[in-house]
Formats: sequence, C-alpha cells, structure tokens
Amino acid sequence: MSRDRKLAWINGLLLPLLNVLTAFAATAVLFLLINVNPWEAAQTLLYGAFGYSEGVGYTFYYTTNFIFTGLAVAVAFHAGLFNIGGEGQAYIGGLGAGLVVFALFPELSPLVMIPASIVGALVFGAAWAVGPGYLQAYRGSHIVITTIMFNFLAATLMVYLMSKVLLEPGQMTPQSRLFPDNAWLPFVHDVLANFGIKVDRSPLNMSILLALVVAILVWFFLWQTRWGYAIRATGRNATAATYAGINQKKIIVVTMCISGALAGLVGINELLGYHHRIIMNFHVGYGFGGIAVALMGRNHPFGIVIAALLFGILYQGGAELAFEWSNISRDIVVVMQGLVILFCGALEYMYKPWLMRWLVPVSDSAKGAA
Amino acid sequence: MDFSDLWLTFLLTLDATLRLATPLVLAAMAGLFSERSGVVDIGLEGKMLAACFTSASVAYVTGSPWLAMFAAIGVSMVFALIHGFATITHKGDQIVSGVALNILASGLTIILGLSWFRQGGQTPSLTQEGRFLSIELPGADLLANVPVLGPLYKELLSGHNILVYLAFALVPVVWWVLYRTRFGLRLRAVGENPKAVDTAGISVNGLRYRAVLIGGVLCGIAGSYIAIAHNAAFTRDMTAGAGYIALAALIFGKWRPIGVLFACLLFGFLQSFAMRIEGVPVPGIGAIPVQLIEAVPYILTVVLLAGFIGKAIPPKAIGKPYVKER
Repeated sequence: MSRDRKLAWINGLLLPLLNVLTAFAATAVLFLLINVNPWEAAQTLLYGAFGYSEGVGYTFYYTTNFIFTGLAVAVAFHAGLFNIGGEGQAYIGGLGAGLVVFALFPELSPLVMIPASIVGALVFGAAWAVGPGYLQAYRGSHIVITTIMFNFLAATLMVYLMSKVLLEPGQMTPQSRLFPDNAWLPFVHDVLANFGIKVDRSPLNMSILLALVVAILVWFFLWQTRWGYAIRATGRNATAATYAGINQKKIIVVTMCISGALAGLVGINELLGYHHRIIMNFHVGYGFGGIAVALMGRNHPFGIVIAALLFGILYQGGAELAFEWSNISRDIVVVMQGLVILFCGALEYMYKPWLMRWLVPVSDSAKGAA
Repeated sequence: MDFSDLWLTFLLTLDATLRLATPLVLAAMAGLFSERSGVVDIGLEGKMLAACFTSASVAYVTGSPWLAMFAAIGVSMVFALIHGFATITHKGDQIVSGVALNILASGLTIILGLSWFRQGGQTPSLTQEGRFLSIELPGADLLANVPVLGPLYKELLSGHNILVYLAFALVPVVWWVLYRTRFGLRLRAVGENPKAVDTAGISVNGLRYRAVLIGGVLCGIAGSYIAIAHNAAFTRDMTAGAGYIALAALIFGKWRPIGVLFACLLFGFLQSFAMRIEGVPVPGIGAIPVQLIEAVPYILTVVLLAGFIGKAIPPKAIGKPYVKER
C-alpha cells in the first residue's frame, strides 16, 4: 500500500476507532472501580435500549435530540467555530416553539401550527447564536466565551420567564400551560397504530423523521451548495478563503445562525413532541452531549446520526442500569461523554506517532518523499 | 432605618461579597497562571468540582479539613495534568480538552459519590471538625461597640475561615510572582511569544506544565473552600458555574492580578446583592428581578469582550499549541 493510502486509513479509520475504544475501555475501568462487572453492565445497557419496545422508543427519542445538537456543533466546527452554546440555543429554541404556539389560534390546523412552531424554534435558536457570531466576526470577541455567557443568560432568562411570565396560574412547578392539541406532534406509537402495528407508548414522536431529514439537508448544504463550500473553506483556511473572495465575517454569522437554529430544534422534540408545554431544563446535557456526538461522528451527518444513536442507547440504557444497580446512576453517560470528548477530541492524535512508527516505517516515508 | 442599621446591612452585604468572591479569586488566579502561559483554561469549573467532591469525601472519612484540602489539590492537579498532557504534549485543542474535563468531573463526582456513600450522589454532611471554621480576629468583640469602625472590624474583616484570608493574601503574591520573579517573566513571555522563550533555551512545555499545575493547586483550594468551608457536604454540580464566572472575571480583569481581584469582588458583590434584594421593592422601580442582577456578570463580560468598554487583550499566544521548529 502506498504511503498516502496508509495515512488515509490511519487518519480516517484506525485513529477514530482506537480513540472510541480507549474511551470505552476507560469506562470499563470505572465500572470495575465501583464493583460492577462491565460485561454485565453492557448487557443490561443494551437490554434497556433495545430489549422492549418502550425502551426502543426512548432510545430513538434521545437519539433525536443528539442528532440536532450534534449537527449544530458540527456545522460550526466546519467553519472553524466552536459553539458550546448549544445548551442555551436549545433552551431558547424551545421557548420560541412554545411562544409561537401560544401566539396562534388554538383551533388552527396542525398543518399550519406545527410548521410555524418549528420556524419559531429555528428563529429563536438562531437568534441566541447570532449575537456571539456577530461579536466574533465584527468585534473579535471569542466565540467560546460568549457562547458560554449566553448559556448562562439563557438559563437566567428562562428562570425569570418561567417563574414570572409564563407560569401557569395556580401552578407551583414552573411550567407553562398545556399546548393546544393541534400543536402536538404525533407520537410514533399512535402513527404505527394507524397501520395496525402495535408498540408500547413512548415519548418517541415524529421529530425523529425531522431529525433525519435535517441531517440529509445539512449534508446537502455543506457539500453541495456554494454556501456550504464557503463555510468549509473558511474553516480549513480562512486566509485562503478570503483571497478566494469569501466574506469570512458573513460566513461566521451565517454559520452560527444555522448552528443555533439546529440546536433550537431540540425544543421541537422535547416540547411539541412530548411535554406539550414549556418546562424548565428540558434541554440539560444535550448541548454539551452534541459536542461528543459531533467529535465522534467526525462532523459528518452520517457519522453524527450513528454517534447520536450510540448516545441515545447509552442514555436510555443508562436509565436501565440505574434501575438495576443501586450504585449507578445515569450520570455514567455524562462520564462517557466526557471521555469521548477527551479521547476523540483533545487527544485525537495521541496514538498517531505510535501508529506511524508501527505502520509507516521511516524507509516508507523516505520513499514517499522521493 | 437609622444610619447604624443601614451601615450594618451594607457591611453584611460586603461580608457575603467576600465569602462569595473567595472561590472566584482562587479560580481566577488559577486561570491567570494558565492563560498567561498561553493555555486556555475552560476547565476551571471541572477542576473545582472534582476538588469539591474529593475534599468533602476525605473530610468525611478522616475528619481533617487540611488532609481533605491536600487530597483535593492532588485530584485537581491530576485533572490539570490531563489538560496539560492533551494540550501541551499532544497539542490537542485546549477548549475541547477543558470541556471534556468539565463534563467528566460533573459525571464522575456523582458516580463515585453514589457508589461510595449511597446518598444519591451527595456526600454525608460534615460535622464541625471536618470543616474550615470561621476565625474571630483578636478583639472583635471588644471593639464591636466602637461606632462605625467596630462593626466594620467585627462583621466584615473578622469571622471568616482561613481560606478567605488565604485567597485575598494570595493576590499580591501572584502579582509579585508574575511581575517580580524570573519565573513570572518567563511565564508571561511564553504566553506572548513562545518562540522567543524557546530560542533563549528555556523549555516552553516545561513552563506551561508548571503554570497549568499551579492552576490545579489553586482550583483544589477553591473547590475545598466551596465544599468544606462555605458548605458542609458535596452536592451535585455545586460549583454552579463559579468556574465560568471566574473565567469571566479573568477576562474582565484583563489577565492582571489586581484587575482580576476587583472583577471577582464586583461579581461577588452582585451575587450577594442579588440575594439581599430578592423580593425587596426598590422605590420608584418596584421589585427588580433577581435574575437580572445575576445576569450582570455575564452581560458585562460579553460587552467588555466586544470592546465596548475598554478592550480586553488576551495573551498573544493563547490557545495555540507550541510546535517547535525542526
């Protein structure tokens, strides 16, 4: 095999695989530390995720959220931006979805109501990201810091709105009133029942289809359109992109808008799909989880769908683990997210020197150079 | 309300300010070392959280707050080492690494806590002996009746635990290390122009590792303060964003010790002010939403970063791994 072919295999397959395996191995060590047999834990986890139809429903329900936030992070990554504001954008996106529903006539057909609400989520999510994007592009403030600040601002804003403005009268828990029926996204178990297929009730709703369609659209946008090309060019080499006539500043703002809009769709799955009202903290963990999903999925929509499924399995399986073992909680998934971000992200090239020495000996590279 | 009541309320607000600003000061100084050497430290939050958990656990098992703090410093340094390994040795993305550590700490503390103590991820409450207790400065009661200055001494200056005094005493030390020692000069240089430092025959990586480890020590103290001095147990995500506020203070103070100190005090004051004003109507305005005051540090940071009030210029080489030329 030629040197270039070997390098492509190492970078494209071997390294990512080794990194994921390392993250899993580290988790296994943690299981041993807390006296849980990792093998049994994996079995319980898989049973929880796929063993019964309600579990399957939950798995795909969580997957949906991870697809949205994973795509959000990935689109920003392609422009060389690190959007850690997914948490806030998802939260505010949900607010937007809910506010649109409340603003419309409750009798309005779902065919109008639901798309309008989706637009609400997109616009609000984008609105929460456009500020950091603008400040990065035109004022030079660092996107990471501003998006972190916007996460906190979203949290404080929502505490205020939920406890003072949107609170359902007579309610103690901070939640809005229920959405009218016409704004409810159909549950998958109801849809399947129409076709005579019986599955158990679960929060899984039609947002999963939306997520898959959006994933395809993101792929199309990034690799088949002029804008997508501009975004990727900016991310790869901003100077070269500028020389090629791409307006870098505009690209940064547009990318952040798209990223925020995608994160905002979490609100559709959570609120229109399941809770049917605006609640507090429905978004927690998905924004950060999206970073792990994007890194693991190598920023490609196809990889992201797979990685999101993996995290969906972990999320739902983690609930099963917590049910079976009193000394485990679902936070094991949070640990895994951290490990995946560490090994697939920050330590991405940890094995590379070693692999290079092993698989591409110096004589080889000398030949390649010649 | 007469003058002495008003004065007392004011002093009590400032007193709370000191207590709330302490972890911010410690964490911001940790970030200062790291970032002045060119390594971004988003992971302040995670290191503090890990330290919170370690100190609360060790204090519960051994009953010694000092032992607990040293253990917490150790764990926090391990986290710092991971950050260094990923970003200095392997030249990984500093922000990704920091985010990983934050998430890792948030999950790990709960999983280990649940497994060790079976209290839903919390650690058992500490008795007085496992904690850092407040220290009455000499003569506080004696002077309490002196008008104006008496309460100032008793309520504001006296009656904090040792870590509060330590944190504020640390600031001039940090200043001195940074601006008056050879190590400090090199540290600042490596954050501005690592190539020049390398050319002078000084190890860039060595300096950065040292800076990151000092950050680990300080975050360890900050976490211990939160868990076993300010509180008496570990609870889920108990740092509650203090690491990020410290980061904001670091930027707001423009990466300089004294400026950062004042930023921490300002943010601490806003927090204590928000607590005090909750539900109290302000004449002419009505009740100010607490959330608005809580949001001020974040808004201020965004505005400052945008260059609308002065310009925060970060160390030049920040965020960039140093690649030695061959």
